[in-house]
Amino acid sequence: MNAVSVDPPQKIVVQRGQSAALKIHAKVLPGYHANSNKPHEDYLIPLRLTLDAKPLEVEAIEYPKGHDEKYSFSEKPLNVLTGDFDIVVRLKAPASLQPQMHMLAGKLRYQACSDRACLAPKTVELRITADVR
Amino acid sequence: MQQRYLPLGLAVIVYIGMQACAPGSTADAASVRAVKDRKNAPAFTLKDATGKAATLAEYKGKVVLLNFWATWCGPCKIEIPWFIEFEQKYKDKGFAVLGVAMDEEGWDIVKPYITDKKVNYRVLLGDDSTAQLYGGVDSLPTTFLIDKTGKIAAVHVGLVSKSEYDKDITTLLGITSDK
Repeated sequence: MNAVSVDPPQKIVVQRGQSAALKIHAKVLPGYHANSNKPHEDYLIPLRLTLDAKPLEVEAIEYPKGHDEKYSFSEKPLNVLTGDFDIVVRLKAPASLQPQMHMLAGKLRYQACSDRACLAPKTVELRITADVR
Repeated sequence: MQQRYLPLGLAVIVYIGMQACAPGSTADAASVRAVKDRKNAPAFTLKDATGKAATLAEYKGKVVLLNFWATWCGPCKIEIPWFIEFEQKYKDKGFAVLGVAMDEEGWDIVKPYITDKKVNYRVLLGDDSTAQLYGGVDSLPTTFLIDKTGKIAAVHVGLVSKSEYDKDITTLLGITSDK
């Protein structure tokens, strides 16, 4: 069972010597939550995107903030994601690159729970087309 | 007329009472399956924290609480102190808890946790093939109560109450819980 569905990323167009942002959209099933990138508790598996962007550079990965919610199994509120969320990736194309299409490989790892049970951590493979102009 | 029905009513009450006390009965615990509806618990061999291989067959003749869990699972952490208590309370009555940790990182993360929590029952490191034998175990915690003959008597997916577990265990042991 997948509690989080991730849309295939759109193509990103980056001018040489400049950067551009790409949104990765995901959705959590009703009744479930995914841990945010900073879930408050060390034992929880955070949302994490890893991206092999070469020959481009990853300038920043902006995770959704999440919201604090208290569950029956937690003493303190946890920082979680529910419903729709976006991860924004900022990519830079070095000025030395030739205009060309690049296929970048990414992995989005998440872990989701309901109020009573947790699903095993999942890793979604992402393919991002970067059009360097 | 009333006198004719009294013995029958008494017989029904006695019968229900006997059923409730009998091992494996369903009269007092909704989650424990009738004996005829139980299926064999799949055999497995997994390693415990000392590196020793553990099989389910070793536990034949005991009621086993087989708990699939992980250190990253919040609801699992609620249940572990209950299982510690059950192990202590019922181990001399033919009961054992077996924890199956499903952490991908293995003992590096599981051992410190069970040491810190003073887990007094045997913990094994699970794998996907064992989980598949038990129906995939998509959600954690998932707990199987296995009767003395090695058959699955109850399954709990997700967090349930401590009293429900206690009721299942005492029903399968054929004893009364003193709480």
